[in-house]
Amino acid sequence: MMKVIETTTIKTPYLKLNRRQQTIISIILSASFLLMIILGGIFSSNEKIQTYLEMRNLSPSLQHIFGTDWLGRDMFVRTLKGLTLSLGVGMLASASSVIIAVVLGMAAATMGRKVDTFISWLVDLFLSVPHLVALILIAFALGGGIRGVVLGVTLTHWPSLTRVIRAEVMQLRSSEFVEISRQFGKSSWWIATRHILPHLVPQFFVGLVLLFPHAVLHEAAITFLGFGLSPHQPAIGIILSESMRYLSTGMWWLAFFPGLSLLVMVRAFDILGENLCTLMDPYRGHE
Amino acid sequence: MHSSNLLIFAMKKSLRLATLLIAISFLSFTLISYSPIDPVQAYVGADMMRVGPEQRDKIAEYWGLDKSPLQQFTHWGTAVISGDLGTSMIFRRPVIDVIKEKFLASLALMMIAWILSGILGFTLGVIAGMKEGTWVDRAIKWYCLTLASTPTFWLGLLLLIIFAMGLGWFPIGLGVPAGVLAEHVTMGDRIQHLVLPALTLSILGVANVALHTRQKLIEVLSSEYVLFARARGEKGFVLFWRHGFRNIALPAVTLQFSAFSELFGGAVLAEQVFSYPGLGQTTVQAGLRGDVPLLLGIVIFSALFVFTGNLIADLIYQIVDPRIREGESSL
Repeated sequence: MMKVIETTTIKTPYLKLNRRQQTIISIILSASFLLMIILGGIFSSNEKIQTYLEMRNLSPSLQHIFGTDWLGRDMFVRTLKGLTLSLGVGMLASASSVIIAVVLGMAAATMGRKVDTFISWLVDLFLSVPHLVALILIAFALGGGIRGVVLGVTLTHWPSLTRVIRAEVMQLRSSEFVEISRQFGKSSWWIATRHILPHLVPQFFVGLVLLFPHAVLHEAAITFLGFGLSPHQPAIGIILSESMRYLSTGMWWLAFFPGLSLLVMVRAFDILGENLCTLMDPYRGHE
Repeated sequence: MHSSNLLIFAMKKSLRLATLLIAISFLSFTLISYSPIDPVQAYVGADMMRVGPEQRDKIAEYWGLDKSPLQQFTHWGTAVISGDLGTSMIFRRPVIDVIKEKFLASLALMMIAWILSGILGFTLGVIAGMKEGTWVDRAIKWYCLTLASTPTFWLGLLLLIIFAMGLGWFPIGLGVPAGVLAEHVTMGDRIQHLVLPALTLSILGVANVALHTRQKLIEVLSSEYVLFARARGEKGFVLFWRHGFRNIALPAVTLQFSAFSELFGGAVLAEQVFSYPGLGQTTVQAGLRGDVPLLLGIVIFSALFVFTGNLIADLIYQIVDPRIREGESSL
């Protein structure tokens, strides 16, 4: 993802159109924000999230801008680490989801009627149980942990995108250049890899952008409910479910800031994705 | 709609439902049989140290756990077909009774949230659509997109902090006041406990409907018949009422019905935050404490719930929309 951002931002100097510049500025801002979260999460020392009993339950101040918890851990660093973890899990899960969607979408559109019927039935099947219930089931079966979460989120998020990609491939298949290629005697494998897959690259990124917020929010939700990441990991879901025990003592900052940061991060990714799509879409790119 | 058409429609739908339910049961059962959680231990709980190997085997035999997974599945499957979902390990009561009781509590919550979010979302969508491009539109759009990236449970916590802890307007959790006998609980108590979870759910449900309605209204407003109506001098509310409303009401209503899946998921989170004793909280309990019969029962029930929503959405289109009613080809 990062690479794409860089290549698109290089174009800035010769683009004078206002709307486009706005788009690019939004991209740069949100991308650097996300980058800051990642770098902050990776490079912030573990020192601050060790137990300091003399600094327990401090409300937000300049030293601890998100306050400290009941063990004296700095909430800002915990949140940062949690966000990085969420980002990683979300990326992994949504990327695998998109790969499943691309493979199944292509298979549905090219491998004949029977496969098509089966895949659309499969899509219906996975859409028929509420995501959260399916997630609980999968996490339960795999005994929780990061594997259960990634697999659960992956398995629940591909269906809607599969439909989109299937429709896209259907359209490509009947286009003239594919028809000509077929007349030249190219094999279907050649057509699939040389003509159809390259056209799906933008779809791939759009799908990633659309799925990512859902994936992150579901990861946080399932962890919050107690099925996801283990309590030793600094996940946002864990932080929030722990905070519930201390809310009645008036420690509002334990829940407020971590949740808000998650919201801001997801929104930043949303803005980044939306603007990237605008930039990559040839019909809207010149706006 | 012709009666023969309706019959075909019903048959197709029930066939679809049957295959889906069978596949879901099979898949969930297979998944659960791979679970590392030992059902006997989950059943016994903390007293595990005091249970000898013979007693263990007895318990396993009682629940049919000594048989192979396939045998277990056929046994469970035949029971399910005859309407028996087994006995819940946590509640020591038939799963169906537990689901029925908890679902009724959830239903109140979900219904309120569903109606509120529908009305609010539709109104916001209409306002944004009518004022397309102005700051009102941008504000509503921004608000909806932000809502879409808000974690449900965090919003619940926020409402809890502000209204229950800070202002003290509402109780902190549970469905009824703690320490009060069931017969002394008044309707007012129940409503007071319902407000915050319902509010959480409805605030989040708004985004989807609003954005969709906005999009549809913009499409309608750019059509030729609206251009003609404008040329005749219609504007504002009259224009919306005569040409916009009917065209966008139907998609909004059907969208609401097909959002049952998200509603259920949201209810799980909202109920967990507010310790509201509904089906959502029961799902979490069943999962955390390894109550397999109850969990399977809830999976099947939630699938039925979602299917009902989609079916109603389809039916509304079939019956209400004259274009589909006349076309008949969409079946």
